[in-house]
Amino acid sequence: MERSTLDLWVGIFVVVGFGALAVLAFKVGNLSTYNVSQSYQLQAYFDNIGGLKAQASVKSAGVLVGRVTEVRLDTSLYKARVTMNIDKRYQFPKDTFANILTSGLLGEQYIGLMAGGDEVMLKDGEEFKKTQSAVVLEDLIGKFLYGKAEETK
Amino acid sequence: MAITRSLRGIGARVVGGVWRIGFGTRFFLMTLFYSGLSFRRFRLTVRELFFTGVMSLIIILVAGLFVGIVLGMQGYETLKRYGSESALGTLVALSLVRELGPVLAALLFASRAGSAMTAEIGLMKATEQISAMEMMAVNPIARVVAPRFWAGVISMPLLAAMFSAMGVFGGYMVGVVMIGVDEGSFWSQMQSAVDFQHDILNGVIKSVVFGVAVTVISLFEGFDAPPTAEGVSGATTRTVVQSSLAILLLDVILTAFMFRGE
Repeated sequence: MERSTLDLWVGIFVVVGFGALAVLAFKVGNLSTYNVSQSYQLQAYFDNIGGLKAQASVKSAGVLVGRVTEVRLDTSLYKARVTMNIDKRYQFPKDTFANILTSGLLGEQYIGLMAGGDEVMLKDGEEFKKTQSAVVLEDLIGKFLYGKAEETK
Repeated sequence: MAITRSLRGIGARVVGGVWRIGFGTRFFLMTLFYSGLSFRRFRLTVRELFFTGVMSLIIILVAGLFVGIVLGMQGYETLKRYGSESALGTLVALSLVRELGPVLAALLFASRAGSAMTAEIGLMKATEQISAMEMMAVNPIARVVAPRFWAGVISMPLLAAMFSAMGVFGGYMVGVVMIGVDEGSFWSQMQSAVDFQHDILNGVIKSVVFGVAVTVISLFEGFDAPPTAEGVSGATTRTVVQSSLAILLLDVILTAFMFRGE
């Protein structure tokens, strides 16, 4: 067994290949921005979630603090139950508001958290008591037209 | 009489096809079974890694750069209409990591390395090197086929990752350096949209599956080629055609499993 130039080239190939994977993971992907293991779960019930999907981001004051992990219909209340993973570094008071917001006019939907003033923090597995549903464009247009019709009377 | 003859022809083709599928499956299982040697004498695999991986490096890097540049230009044209040029990074990265990286790298790999493997093994068979090995009680599957198989399976995901990384760089060159999309939003929107598990890891799984498919098809075609000049040339053509079709078909199946909308 001797070292040869062939080994050198194969070594370069493997290093460049794993380097490209690392670039994809850290520079292109989000591996550097959040860590799944250091997070806790919170729930929220919404009357209407609009177009919210799993993997949607959870933001507070515009900062990404977690991700939605599951969306399902709770048939005992007929409300949407949204489970999200929040980064351990961020704690939220018990009276935090969870709103479904839209980034831009036609952008994707995310959950915005507005911290309240309570001194007790939410713990793993607890839920947001105060929520606000997604704004459904059709309802908004309907209300607007209805209001216009009232005005012209 | 003509009807009977054509019916007989169709029947023979079907039976022949099923026969080949069975033989191919046995060949694949034999390759896996006799893989021990390609790890015990890793030198054999390293040698094949040089021919399949290192020699494909240039074409993969250049092709990735070109595809990224084109994606950057075309994506900018379309996104500009909706005033969301800042999403260019997301578009380039997602299309490369999920689809174009694994698929195009595998297509290039099939025509660059797969055809070479078929021709090499076909010629070894035509010049009776394979029979000579058997005569010397050397298992040609363990000695010749398995190292090439593992070299292909190892190099395919690495090549696909390089393709994607080069493509993102190409998109960055066009989008940020030439056109002037904001650099911060280019990278940050890309990072918030590309998920490591959902997008990158699934892309790697795709390229591993393509690597297995391409190398098995190329090795089997070479091994099964009639030992004549004509037979080897036909087998090489079949390798490229069948590998390309297999890649695209597997891509449909894998995409349906991986990205079902939610």
